[in-house]
Amino acid sequence: MTEKKWPETWQNVNPGLMIFKPASSRSYLTGGWRAQKPVYDNTKCIKCGVCYLFCPEACITEDAEGFFTADLNYCKGCGICYHECWPRAIKMVED
Amino acid sequence: MSKRIGMEIAMAAAEAVALCRPDVIAAYPITPNTHIPEHLAEIVADGHLDCEYIAVESEHSALSACTGASAAGARVFTATSSQGLLYMYEIVPIVPSMRLPVIMCLGNRAISGPINIWNDHSDYMCVRDLGWISMFASNGQETIDMCIQAFKIGEHADVMLPVLVNLDGFQLTHVVEAMMMPDQEEVDKFLPPRKPFAAIHPDNVVSMGTLGLPDIYNEAKKANDEALINSKKVILEVWKEWEKMFGRKYEPIMSYKAKDADVVMLTMGSMGETAQVAIDELRKEGFKAGLLDLKLYRPFPADELKKALKGVKNLIVIDRAVMSGGAAAPVCAEVKSVMYDDPNRPVITNDIIGLGGRDVRVEDFKKIFKKAAAAKPERAYEIYGVRG
Repeated sequence: MTEKKWPETWQNVNPGLMIFKPASSRSYLTGGWRAQKPVYDNTKCIKCGVCYLFCPEACITEDAEGFFTADLNYCKGCGICYHECWPRAIKMVED
Repeated sequence: MSKRIGMEIAMAAAEAVALCRPDVIAAYPITPNTHIPEHLAEIVADGHLDCEYIAVESEHSALSACTGASAAGARVFTATSSQGLLYMYEIVPIVPSMRLPVIMCLGNRAISGPINIWNDHSDYMCVRDLGWISMFASNGQETIDMCIQAFKIGEHADVMLPVLVNLDGFQLTHVVEAMMMPDQEEVDKFLPPRKPFAAIHPDNVVSMGTLGLPDIYNEAKKANDEALINSKKVILEVWKEWEKMFGRKYEPIMSYKAKDADVVMLTMGSMGETAQVAIDELRKEGFKAGLLDLKLYRPFPADELKKALKGVKNLIVIDRAVMSGGAAAPVCAEVKSVMYDDPNRPVITNDIIGLGGRDVRVEDFKKIFKKAAAAKPERAYEIYGVRG
């Protein structure tokens, strides 16, 4: 990322830490917090979308074939998708 | 033209706030500030003020509603006391951190427990360090003046901070005094409509109240602290302008016969006027007595204090709150901190009086004065008049 994430000095802080660029939280990649990542086994996946519904980060998306993947830029590795996936198509592995 | 009125001070404060044309008022009644929002509700209900009056279910909601309205660009007012302030405590530091000029009257009252509805400064002392500009009125006139000044100061482009106007519960809120009430034309001339730095609106995207992670929290805190310290410049400007327009002078520390005094008392709020009588009587008895009345508590007027204490031998700081287990009572601890580096600092003693509404009389000030002038006390602070 070329853009600076934080103002360099206190003088450059916007009053009240206001942010005028919409959706700036996108540039904060929470994937860095992760210890484990979800790995999908599409041979077991029944495309029910439960993982997509339960993901608190809303980082799981459906692909063209109807399977699901987590965006590892934002996935914090909480394992809720793994816990909810009843066909056991998701495994948590060390990142 | 200003009109001379005789009115209960809380109601006069409401009238003064109404003259400032607030867009939104959200408040919840609690003794002893109640008559301020109550009278404002009447003014709005009677159609004299075009204002959204939100009758909220708690103080937490009151300040939350004010925060949201102020973020949307509105001119906002609320008022509370004691437990009400504690109930809204969670929101109190958020308002200055978002740089929102919410104006609040605090009808100073003791905090529980034991449960008590009468005056002292213990409620304010819970919020003094949270980033609000804070003034203390010593009478009705100062209350209404400060209410109007507060909007101009808080909303100033170089300030953008909330302002607390402290008025002693009952001693001020419930007392009828003669005051000069400015008229609408004068207030309109003094106080232009608010021009917010930014306001939440679907067409102009802005995020307020954002997350401050360890990478930025230090810088955000420093920026806010500097904003509060620098607000003094604007406060002094606005007070000068007020003096020019209305002829009433305001200074961070008002001096009463303190210029040539050896022994000086320092008070905050309504005690000041009682202490003035004591100073007059002590002067008649031959003491070189003086009084300093602290009007601006945040930002703390350190330079003005040092200047005011030049040549003073003894300083008696009168507090109206206990800093439980602390080094001194709150005002004195700060005064001592300011004076530490001054090689010519006076001997400083600290008496706490008037807790939970106990009477503060002229004789009490004279007794404290004579005791302090005579000898160095054994303890850092004393609760004056405590039995036992």
